Amino acid sequence: MPINTVIKLDAIEKTYHTGEVDVHAVRGISLEIRAGEFVAIMGSSGSGKSTLMNMIGALDRPTGGHYWLDGIDVSTLDRDTLADVRNEKIGFVFQGFNLLSRTSALENVEMPMLYNRHRIPSHEQRARAVNALELVGLGTRADHHPNQLSGGQQQRVAIARALVNKPALLLADEPTGNLDSQTSIEIMGVFQKLNDQGITIVMVTHELDVARFTKRMVILRDGKILTDEAVQNRSVAEKELQALRAEQQAVKLAS
Amino acid sequence: MRIIASLKIAARALRRNKMRSLLTMLGVIIGVGAVIGAVSLTSGATKQVEDQVSNLGENVITVFSGNFTTGGMRGGWGSAPTLTLEDTAAIRLLPNVVAISPEVRDRAQVLANGLNWNTQILGESPDYPQIRNWDIASGSMFSDQDVKTLAKSAVIGRTVADQLFPNENCVGQTIRIRNLPFQIVGVLASKGFNLFGQDQDDVVIVPYSSHMHRITTRTFVNSIQVQAANDKVISVVQQEITDLLLARHRSKEQDFTVRSQLELMQTVTATSRAMGFLLAGVAAVSLVVGGIGIMNIMLVSVTERTREIGIRMAVGARAADILVQFLIEAVTLSAIGGAIGIAGGVGFSQLVAYFKDMPTVTPVFWIIVAVVSSAVIGIVSGFYPAWKASQLDPIEALRYE
Repeated sequence: MPINTVIKLDAIEKTYHTGEVDVHAVRGISLEIRAGEFVAIMGSSGSGKSTLMNMIGALDRPTGGHYWLDGIDVSTLDRDTLADVRNEKIGFVFQGFNLLSRTSALENVEMPMLYNRHRIPSHEQRARAVNALELVGLGTRADHHPNQLSGGQQQRVAIARALVNKPALLLADEPTGNLDSQTSIEIMGVFQKLNDQGITIVMVTHELDVARFTKRMVILRDGKILTDEAVQNRSVAEKELQALRAEQQAVKLAS
Repeated sequence: MRIIASLKIAARALRRNKMRSLLTMLGVIIGVGAVIGAVSLTSGATKQVEDQVSNLGENVITVFSGNFTTGGMRGGWGSAPTLTLEDTAAIRLLPNVVAISPEVRDRAQVLANGLNWNTQILGESPDYPQIRNWDIASGSMFSDQDVKTLAKSAVIGRTVADQLFPNENCVGQTIRIRNLPFQIVGVLASKGFNLFGQDQDDVVIVPYSSHMHRITTRTFVNSIQVQAANDKVISVVQQEITDLLLARHRSKEQDFTVRSQLELMQTVTATSRAMGFLLAGVAAVSLVVGGIGIMNIMLVSVTERTREIGIRMAVGARAADILVQFLIEAVTLSAIGGAIGIAGGVGFSQLVAYFKDMPTVTPVFWIIVAVVSSAVIGIVSGFYPAWKASQLDPIEALRYE
């Protein structure tokens, strides 16, 4: 396995035993993602993309096949070791942001470091959290609570939280699902900027518009890979924003 | 995960529902408060009784004469002429007897200063104040010489002094007992009421010889007060006195009774101890109820915060981290409740002590018991909810609405 391979899926299967009927959510997916890639996993509901995402995110174990994350065979690990893998190797960004309410942005970002197996001194925790918030352009909002932040800002806090443990993989599940179109482009801009800095990103989405910001699109159907190809005519967030502003000015929505 | 971070999270979670946290704690507060309050009051009562018993004198053994039976009528303890001054002298020679006083009792009208007063006239030896642990407030006790010479000397109690010589120093004055003039040589310090509600200061004490020859004409004594050297030899001395008197009286039947203060103390304190255990039992039940309240609220809390648990698991919290977090929260609840309960219990007993003039003692042992039991309640009642939280599936928990 090449050193720069972040994810290697080998004939991954997931079967749910519910009652008498076995549900085959994922039926043999093999996939390799290298460091620095920006991949969109697409598919309609029921295509198995959420199940795949849970397994890539080490939240769930496959019932068949093998999964190597950053050189570790995750498919054989126990609960506690899976938790450690999530803590050290994966940063999650969710559709619903999933921030802790009544907890400042800074403390939300510091939270994953509480669960590090190696103790991080509190001043270092603070420094790293501030750093991550600055990276997503929220350095001045560290003391704000989630209910004092807009949706886009909340998602930026979530991204900062995902980055704070320097993961090998940033895993985003419909990160723009709860955002309006302009904010969605802004968030995709954040992802593109992070990817330019070398961070590997895997994003699950069902919106083609959003997927166009990535570099590679994997389309699933019925638990299998339908297509896997590089994105043509890739959208660039800055340009899209400019275009959007021009449109808005035309209808006098923005000054 | 570090403990300080867990404590912070717990504090935040408890602050979020202040009213609910307070109500949850109330069970433990009442339970611990009741234990501490009950124990403080009963220990205070026990202490008071112990003080009163030691007020009777230290390491005192009392020998009562037997009951007097004539023609089937029995006179009760102290009525039979079985104890004599010779018995007293014999007992005095036993080892570990440090003081002894034969006691003769009678009531008489006492006159002085144009006033009169009916009081108890005791005939005692000069050892009496030492045996009874009783100070002479002014003047002095009569002497052995007074006993030998049947001196008409008297030591009077505070009440008698107040009744016959109001606003006057009475040492050196004369009182008349059955028309005989006695000179007051000393006044006893006030001792107050005894265990049975009698005024101990309502007394006139004269040499036993004077009592037996001048006031009454008796050849026997009512009882003998003996002081043992220390509390360890009391029962030995008690047995020796019994053996000695049985031999001296050569009677088949034991015509006397030997009692020690220790037995009295045990009888009296056993009652208040039983009361204390009863109260502590009731309090323990309310502590258990408090624990159930904590468990209930922790279960609600786990359900409410399912999503938070999911988030924490997603970013790498192990099952043990979640378990510890919720356990700390439950223990924090019960520990704060326990602390408030201890403060409340002590405060309550202090209030009672202040307004009801009852002594209270809060034993450190029971405070430790309260601290430990509230911590145990937190752990026991928090464990099931915390364990339930730690066993959640992160995927399900994240999806929970």
